[in-house]
Amino acid sequence: MSEVVLDQIRKVYAGNVEAVRGVDIHVPDGAFCVLVGPSGCGKSTLLRMIAGLETITSGECRIGSRRVNELEPAERDIAMVFQNYALYPHMSVYDNMAYGLRNRGTAKDEIDARVKEAARILEITPFLDRKPRQLSGGQRQRVAMGRAIVRKPQVFLFDEPLSNLDAKLRIQMRVEIKKLQRALGVTSVYVTHDQLEAMTLADVLVVMNKGEVEQVGAPLDLYEKPASTFVASFIGAPPMNLIPVAGGPGGIATDGLTGGAGLPVPAAGAILGIRPEHLHLATGPLPDGGVGITFPVSAVEAVGSETFVYGPIGGTGQDMIARLPGKALLDAGTAMSVFALRENLHLFDKDTGKRIG
Amino acid sequence: MEKRVVFDGKILPYALLMPQLLITIIFFYWPAAQAVWQSFLIQDAFGLSTEFVWLENYAVLFANPDYYRSMLTTLVFSTLVTVFSLSLSLLLAVQADKQIKGASGYKTFLMWPYAVAPAIAGVLWLFMFQPSLGLVAQAIRALGFDWNPQLNANHAMALVVMAATWKQISYNFLFFLAGLQSIPKSVIEAAAIDGARPVRRFWTVIFPLLSPTTFFLLVVNIVYVFFDTFGIIDSVTGGGPAQGTTTLVYKVFSDGRLGGDLGGSAAQSVVLMVLVIGLTAIQFRYIERKVQY
Repeated sequence: MSEVVLDQIRKVYAGNVEAVRGVDIHVPDGAFCVLVGPSGCGKSTLLRMIAGLETITSGECRIGSRRVNELEPAERDIAMVFQNYALYPHMSVYDNMAYGLRNRGTAKDEIDARVKEAARILEITPFLDRKPRQLSGGQRQRVAMGRAIVRKPQVFLFDEPLSNLDAKLRIQMRVEIKKLQRALGVTSVYVTHDQLEAMTLADVLVVMNKGEVEQVGAPLDLYEKPASTFVASFIGAPPMNLIPVAGGPGGIATDGLTGGAGLPVPAAGAILGIRPEHLHLATGPLPDGGVGITFPVSAVEAVGSETFVYGPIGGTGQDMIARLPGKALLDAGTAMSVFALRENLHLFDKDTGKRIG
Repeated sequence: MEKRVVFDGKILPYALLMPQLLITIIFFYWPAAQAVWQSFLIQDAFGLSTEFVWLENYAVLFANPDYYRSMLTTLVFSTLVTVFSLSLSLLLAVQADKQIKGASGYKTFLMWPYAVAPAIAGVLWLFMFQPSLGLVAQAIRALGFDWNPQLNANHAMALVVMAATWKQISYNFLFFLAGLQSIPKSVIEAAAIDGARPVRRFWTVIFPLLSPTTFFLLVVNIVYVFFDTFGIIDSVTGGGPAQGTTTLVYKVFSDGRLGGDLGGSAAQSVVLMVLVIGLTAIQFRYIERKVQY
């Protein structure tokens, strides 16, 4: 068993800067956990605390069932893939991968077998004698992965490993990392700021903000039921429309919006969330409980498979985005009516941003 | 397509190079050429007549056992100073690199000796270790050790080695520290995760990555110890006792200025020049190969 458990982990830097404020995460054995959030949210600090590269101010970190707070990085039985790969520039690819095993006094033929096996899996066998500087970014990335897998650690840690690659290679490596992790079944913690990477890789997705966990869950659960406006706007692209609305007797009493009967909008108002892809062109009467929106189109972006329509909502001045399938024939300046079904409406508290319905 | 930026014009590049070229010509090529020319001449004691003698000065020089002794002295002196100044400054730089609190103060203090003129540095050490007055010397003598650099050539050598090392440590320290700080932190962290303890980490990762800096400093230090230590030797021991600290560069001075043998002294300086150029060439040829990674 090599689950990773974080129990009320806190990190306070000198000068009383609180980078991580009491985080609880449980990553089951063999699961792929992704920490995602904007820069400065504490996700990298958290990862480095699991690795042992930062001290834990308070709380407990357990790997397997072992408390690791006081252990050196080497004693935690983890391997880490860094953003800049952190390969040893003066060593060949082979030596880069063998270094960790040699430090642990592994037998020579055992090292050789493991390095060659890893090289075979990662398809870097032809480069074993080369130095890192003779490799392309993608190849270096593979060597960094190889260095991690030869050690057969209990946990893999990834610190934004794909952010230095170009877009095409990033997608390719993303798929490979996922396949590799599945094949090896090693518990992994992965840090990224890219929500698409997070959605596609994660079994357990952790959205962080300002040193705190906003929400933990399966990626699609977070997409369908975001716990706060922060998660709602962070997961999904383009982000969810967040419209301040006022409550009224017939549902929503905000200019430009109709319907919403039965929505539990408090008298003080709330924030209504609708994903751009859940807006449909209005063709008939508004479905029961749905919300209709009419707005002037300010811009249209057609990308072929879908069309993005932008425009301000009358009563609020807020810009919104609708994502319509195919080629919608619209012109800037015309008025447009769309609607969303009841099950695709999200309601958040006006002040705290927490989900209320 | 041309990858470099190329500026049109024939005169501007030369005009821009001119100051450096002028300095090199006036302060290196010209005196060097003069030294070569003078090494073929012998002057009489009063400087009234000069005779062209081809290689006689060199013949005399290489027949003189004192010259070989001076070479040996230089070898001992330069090896000790280079080894001590490089290793001590590396040690200090590694410690300074770890230091977080008060790091800038620590660094500033370590850089100060570099700002001290060689002669002043020499006088400083001379005073500290002067057998009858010096504070450190008194302490050593109080321990029952008969310290006397004015009479014992080994003591004198130890003293100039200390002074020359102390003077050079700052310079080396600066470069080592910059070298250490340019090693990506994540590489060292990766080594830590890979199970390398600090000492092993240093020798297998940090030291190899520092090798370009170390090589550069080796070249600079050897040039330093061959030429720039003159001020220290002159002020601390004056080459004595019994020529025990007369290095090649000091001998050039003492034979030429004090002994009045301009031709012989010029021949010595030509030999010294060839020696240092040769040493540097060898270093680039053989050692630099090993620092490429």
